[in-house]
Amino acid sequence: MKRIIGLATLAVAIGCGTAQAQYSDGVIKIGVMNDMSGTYADLTGPGSVVAAQMAVEDFGAAAKGLKVEIVGADHQNKPDIGSNVVRSWIDTDKVDVIVDVPTSSVALAVNEIVREKNKVFLISGAAASNLTGDKCSPNTVHWTYDTWALANGTGNAIVKTGGKNWFFLTADYAFGHALERDTAAVVEKNGGKVMGKVRHPFPATDFSSFLLQAQASKAQIIGLANAGADTTNAIKQAAEFGIVKGGQSLAALLIFISDVKALGLPTAQGLVFTEAWYWDLNDANRDFAKRFAPRNKGIHPSMIHAGVYSAVTHYLKAVTELKSDADGKAVVAKMKATPTDDKLFGKGTIRADGRKIHPMYLFEVKKPEESKGPWDLYKLRATIPANEAFRPIGEGKCPLVSG
Amino acid sequence: MQQIAPMEASVRTERSRSEIVAFMLMAVALIVAPAVIYPLFLMKALCFALFACAFNLLIGYVGLLSFGHALFFGWASYISAHAAKVWGFPPELAVLTATAGAAALGFVAGAIAIRRQGIYFAMVTLALAQMMYFFAVQAPFTGGEDGIQSVPRGKLFGFLNLADQMTMYTFVAIVFLLCFLLIYRIIHSPFGEVLKAIRENEPRAISLGYKTDRYKLAAFVLSAALTGVAGGTKALVFQLASLTDVNWPMSGEVVLMTLLGGLGTVFGPVVGAFIIIAMQNYLAAFGQWVLVIQGVIFVTCVMLFRRGIVGEIASLLRIKL
Repeated sequence: MKRIIGLATLAVAIGCGTAQAQYSDGVIKIGVMNDMSGTYADLTGPGSVVAAQMAVEDFGAAAKGLKVEIVGADHQNKPDIGSNVVRSWIDTDKVDVIVDVPTSSVALAVNEIVREKNKVFLISGAAASNLTGDKCSPNTVHWTYDTWALANGTGNAIVKTGGKNWFFLTADYAFGHALERDTAAVVEKNGGKVMGKVRHPFPATDFSSFLLQAQASKAQIIGLANAGADTTNAIKQAAEFGIVKGGQSLAALLIFISDVKALGLPTAQGLVFTEAWYWDLNDANRDFAKRFAPRNKGIHPSMIHAGVYSAVTHYLKAVTELKSDADGKAVVAKMKATPTDDKLFGKGTIRADGRKIHPMYLFEVKKPEESKGPWDLYKLRATIPANEAFRPIGEGKCPLVSG
Repeated sequence: MQQIAPMEASVRTERSRSEIVAFMLMAVALIVAPAVIYPLFLMKALCFALFACAFNLLIGYVGLLSFGHALFFGWASYISAHAAKVWGFPPELAVLTATAGAAALGFVAGAIAIRRQGIYFAMVTLALAQMMYFFAVQAPFTGGEDGIQSVPRGKLFGFLNLADQMTMYTFVAIVFLLCFLLIYRIIHSPFGEVLKAIRENEPRAISLGYKTDRYKLAAFVLSAALTGVAGGTKALVFQLASLTDVNWPMSGEVVLMTLLGGLGTVFGPVVGAFIIIAMQNYLAAFGQWVLVIQGVIFVTCVMLFRRGIVGEIASLLRIKL
C-alpha cells in the first residue's frame, strides 16, 4: 500500500512559495527517472525520488521562496521508453533537470536529448565512464561513480593491501571486457600479476566450471568482471565451492548494497569492492539513513540515493545563485565553477568534463558474527583519495577538455 | 443457389465498406492526432502498430505463431541505425536497407522454421532469434548494451529535414498507411486466399495442388520485411537502436498487442499496439505497477473478449474490420 501511495502521489509539489518570474514557468521541475520495477528498483527506484524530496526539504526551498516540483517515472530499462519520457517531460511538462537514470543505454540516450534541448542531466545511477569521456556533454554532470572508478579503486586498493595475484572471471561482452581490461591495467601498474582469466557467456546461470578454474589457479584474488545477476550468481556459487573459506578473496567490480543485502552475509562475507558512499561511515550519513529508511519501505540508502541527494542539493544552490534555470549550459557551468559541499559527500568539485570528484572507498562484507543489525554490512578497508579516485581528465578523450 | 449468390455479394460489399470507413477514420485520426497527442509517442505507437500488423499477417492469416519476430524488428533497427550513422545513408535508403536486411533474415529463418508446425515452429523461431540476440550482444558494431546512439535522422529525399518533429511524424504516418494498405492488399489477393486456406486446413490445400511450403515461406518473408520497415523507422524516430528491440520480450510484446487487438482482424493489431504502448508510456509514473496493470488488462481481455477488442466489436456489429 505504501508503494501505491508513494508513487501515485509522486508529482507532489514541495513548498508553496510565491512563483518567481525568473524561473521558467515559475517552477523548478525535477524529473527523477529510473528503474522502478526491475532489477535496479531497490538500488535506485522510488528511493531516488525520496532522496530528491529530502534534498529539496533540507535545502529549505520553501523558505527561500523557491517552488520545486518532483516527478518520477519508470524507464523499465528500455532506452526508447526513457527517451520518450524525457522528451515529453521537457517539451510538455517543462521539466528542467533529469536526475538518476541507471542503465547505460538509457543514460546515453538521455544525454543526447538533454544536450539538444539545453537542460540539465545529473547522473547518479548509470556507470558508463564514456558519459564523461567521448560522449561528455556541457549539460551533464556524472555524480556518484563510474566503471573506471570502480575498477581502479578495487584493483588499486587490493594490490596495495597485499592481493598481488589475480584471476578474472569475465562476462563475455563489451562491458565485461572493458571492466577486465581497465582493472587488469591497474593491477599490473601497481605491481600485481594477472595469472589467468576465463570468459563466461552473458548472461550465465552455471558458473561451476569457471569457478573451478579460478580455484585451481591459486590466485589470491578472483575478480568478477560482470554485473547484476551474473555477479550475484557467481558469488553464491563461489560460496558453495568454499572459495572464500579456502583462502581466496572475491573482488566484485560492479556490485551494490542491494545485491549484498539480497545475498546475505553468510554468502557474501569477505567480498571486496568499491563504493562511493556507505550509510554507516559517519554521523551525517547515519542521520540521513535514519530519516531516509522509514520513507523508503525500510530500505537503507544506497550510494546512488545519496548521489541523487547531493546532486540535487548542488543544483538548487547553483540555480538560486543564478536566479534562473532556463539555460541548462549556464547552470552546469555554474555548478562546475562552485565547489560542492553537502553533508553526505562533503567537499568536492566538478571537473570540466562533467565528472564529480570525491573519495571512493574500498569495503569488505562483514562476517555474520561481526554484524550488529540487518543493514550493518560493510567494513571499510581503504579510502581512495579524491585525486586518485577518478580517471585523469586527459585520458577520457572528452571534446570539452581538449577543445 | 441462384438466389443466394447475389445476397452473398451484397454482404461482401457491405463488409468491405465497413473496412473502408474504418480506414478513413484511422487516416483522419492520424492527421488530427498530433495536435492533441505528443508526436513522439504517436510515432512510436505507429512503428509498433506496423510491427503488430506484419506479425498478424503471419499468425492471423497463415496461422503460424512466430515467437522470434524481435529478430527482424531489432536487426532492422540496427541495420537502419548503422546505415544512417556510419555509412551516411539518407533516411529513405536506411529504411530500405533495413527492410532488405530483415527480408534476407526472414528468408533464412523462414526456410528453416516452416518445416515444422505449432509449438515446434514457435521454438525454432525463438531459438534463431535468441541466436541473433547473442550475436548482437557480442558484435562490435551494435555497441553491445550501449546500443547505437545519436543516429542522425537526416534529410528525406535530400530536402525534407526529419529533425523537425512534424516532418518526421508525417513521414512515419505515410510509411505506416502505405504498409497497412499493402498488408490489406496481400490479405485480399488470391495469394491471401491461399494463405487462409492453409490456415484452415493445410492437407486440403496441398491436395488442391498448392505447394504450401512456398506460400508459407513467401508469407514469412513478407512479414519479416514489413517488420523490418517498422524496426528501421523506429531507429530513426528514437535515433537509437538497442538490445531491447532484439531481445525475446519484444517478441512476446507483439504477440500481446495482436491478441489484445484481435487476431486475424485488419485493424486489431493497430488498436492493440496503441493500447500497450500507451500503457507503457502514460503509466510510467506508476513505476512498478505498470507490469501489474498490463497483466490485469491482458487477463481481462483474454477472459472477456476472446476475439480481441476489434474482433469483439466486429462480431457485435456484424461487420468486418
